[in-house]
Amino acid sequence: MSETVSANTRPNALSAWPDMRGRFGEYGGRFVAETLMPLILELEDAYKAARSDPAFKAEMDLFLKDYVGKPSPVYFAERLTEEFGGAQVWLKRDELNHTGSHKINNCLGQVLLARRMGKTRIIAETGAGQHGVATATVAARFGIPCTVFMGATDVERQAPNVFRMKLLGAQVVPVTSGTGTLKDAMNEALRDWVTNVKDTFYVIGTVAGPHPYPAMVRDFQSIIGREARAQMTERLGRLPDACVACIGGGSNAMGLFHPFIEDEDVRLIGVEAAGLGVETGKHAASLKGGKPGILHGNRTYLLQDDDGQIIDAHSISAGLDYPGIGPEHAFLHDMKRAEYVSATDDEALEMFQLCTRLEGIIPALEPAHALARVRDLAKELGSDGIILMNMCGRGDKDVPQVAAKLGVEL
Amino acid sequence: MTNRLTTRFAELSAYDRAGFVAYMMAGDGDSQALLDALPGAGADVIELGMPFTDPMADGPAIQASALRALEAGMTLRGTLAQAAQFRKRDKETPIVLMGYANPIHHMGWEKFAKAAGKAGVDGLICVDIPPEEDDELRAALGRQGIALIRLATPTTDDRRLATVVANTSGFVYYVSTTGVTGAGSGAVTEVGEAVDRVKRASGLPVAVGFGVKEPDQAAAIARCADAVVVGSAIVDAMHSGGVAGAAELVKRLSSAVHAARR
Repeated sequence: MSETVSANTRPNALSAWPDMRGRFGEYGGRFVAETLMPLILELEDAYKAARSDPAFKAEMDLFLKDYVGKPSPVYFAERLTEEFGGAQVWLKRDELNHTGSHKINNCLGQVLLARRMGKTRIIAETGAGQHGVATATVAARFGIPCTVFMGATDVERQAPNVFRMKLLGAQVVPVTSGTGTLKDAMNEALRDWVTNVKDTFYVIGTVAGPHPYPAMVRDFQSIIGREARAQMTERLGRLPDACVACIGGGSNAMGLFHPFIEDEDVRLIGVEAAGLGVETGKHAASLKGGKPGILHGNRTYLLQDDDGQIIDAHSISAGLDYPGIGPEHAFLHDMKRAEYVSATDDEALEMFQLCTRLEGIIPALEPAHALARVRDLAKELGSDGIILMNMCGRGDKDVPQVAAKLGVEL
Repeated sequence: MTNRLTTRFAELSAYDRAGFVAYMMAGDGDSQALLDALPGAGADVIELGMPFTDPMADGPAIQASALRALEAGMTLRGTLAQAAQFRKRDKETPIVLMGYANPIHHMGWEKFAKAAGKAGVDGLICVDIPPEEDDELRAALGRQGIALIRLATPTTDDRRLATVVANTSGFVYYVSTTGVTGAGSGAVTEVGEAVDRVKRASGLPVAVGFGVKEPDQAAAIARCADAVVVGSAIVDAMHSGGVAGAAELVKRLSSAVHAARR
């Protein structure tokens, strides 16, 4: 919520969604059990009130600056640019945020909102552990008890983050139901919320879930795009030709895209996780390989079988390993305002190493996916082009897993 | 159009008897046999669970049951086929399907409603479609004479209750506690007050469920509600004791419920 250059908004603009029912076109909505309906309606009212309250904005701004370390810089990745042999590659350095990813932008907003609403307990779901760590961090800062639900499979492959959350005082609950991944962690968080309705605030980590979450998380994450838009304008006197970001649920991409939606000349490109390849069925590319359906509170594209049962996602990156995508992405996809492509596990691994070696920046496996498509796009746009990619997280958490993949024993 | 639900609740009311609603999961074990055995064991209404991979309002018993059913190959079409098979032999016992939105949405609201109508289904409880989102589904079901049954919960205040009971039919399902299926039930006095409130607002019978396991507990609720729903306990009994075990439990529970007001 810092000083921004805002895009033109006109009535019926693509950036003006959702509508009163929380719909982005035919996506989104509020598909939750009746027990939760009063809670999400209360949350919507509280969020609306907070958003227009200067005191809330001032508190957010202060913590974003002094605690998160905002604004994060944009950085000209000269050696990647050279390597790719085309357009200039610029990185929005959101991996420099406190806790090492963009996730804290949203956690801070939601935890401040929880305090304002008088909630005394925080719950969250996490995949890679980045959202869990960011939530546990902010909860620690404000002294609010925090419980993080994490798929048992993810608990195993993200051990360092599990320990970080515990150090931060959070209770980490390994979820063994279903297949023990992010979607099951979200189911379990919803089960907890439906049980502890009076005191608990559910901090959802991505631009999904029932309204108002997709819009609220996007708003909190839009600081990425607002800062970058102003920074690119200041540095280059123009906007980038394309904004690129990886997509699991899609919060970093939505945060980057949203302030550029009305800039028709700026291409918006989301990169889904293709896992072993979309054609193999072992992937997490909901738009490429899914169909519209209803899960976790919203209507959106989902990986599902002929019976409407949810299919497990697969990705090397626990943060992208989700069978759905935020409803606003589904909308931008259908409206053809944003383009959605994908990158495989192998491509992500290759980019992880390349970026580390050439730029001295260890990217998380999530943005490493985006980098794979930046490579193609750089060639396509040529040397006059400018690409802005969100480096949404740093890869320290992935080092053990990458080492194992490369056959290195630590 | 007369609905079996309306008829059944009118009969129960005429005898001043509470009804017993038995929940079971389609596809978990020999579910066709259990379905066919339920009326004989004393079930006044049957809730037939449609298995789903991500049952976020269910506790461990029904979650596990759904996964077993899916593992065994059960589908939404398969569930409807079991209902249709049942309906060939039993023309009176109402069947209410219970489950989640996505399989229904995937089939298509209209197509689902027609198939359910053809299978002799009388009602639908869709856990993750609140009144705000059910226009199209409700209209499609209405054309087939199928009731869309809404849920009221301890978090449903008076203002919200008006929304919940508007355009509803069949009965209202009162979820006795905040939580998932199979967790502890609410205190009986509070449940009684809530049931009265929902009855006044809706003018419909009220069935109470979530966390009811024991005959005594079921009987206590039967004194203040029009019907008592038991799910997780029956699903567990089916898993451990097969059709005979589940039918035996249903007998005990339904006897307690039927005798509660004597």
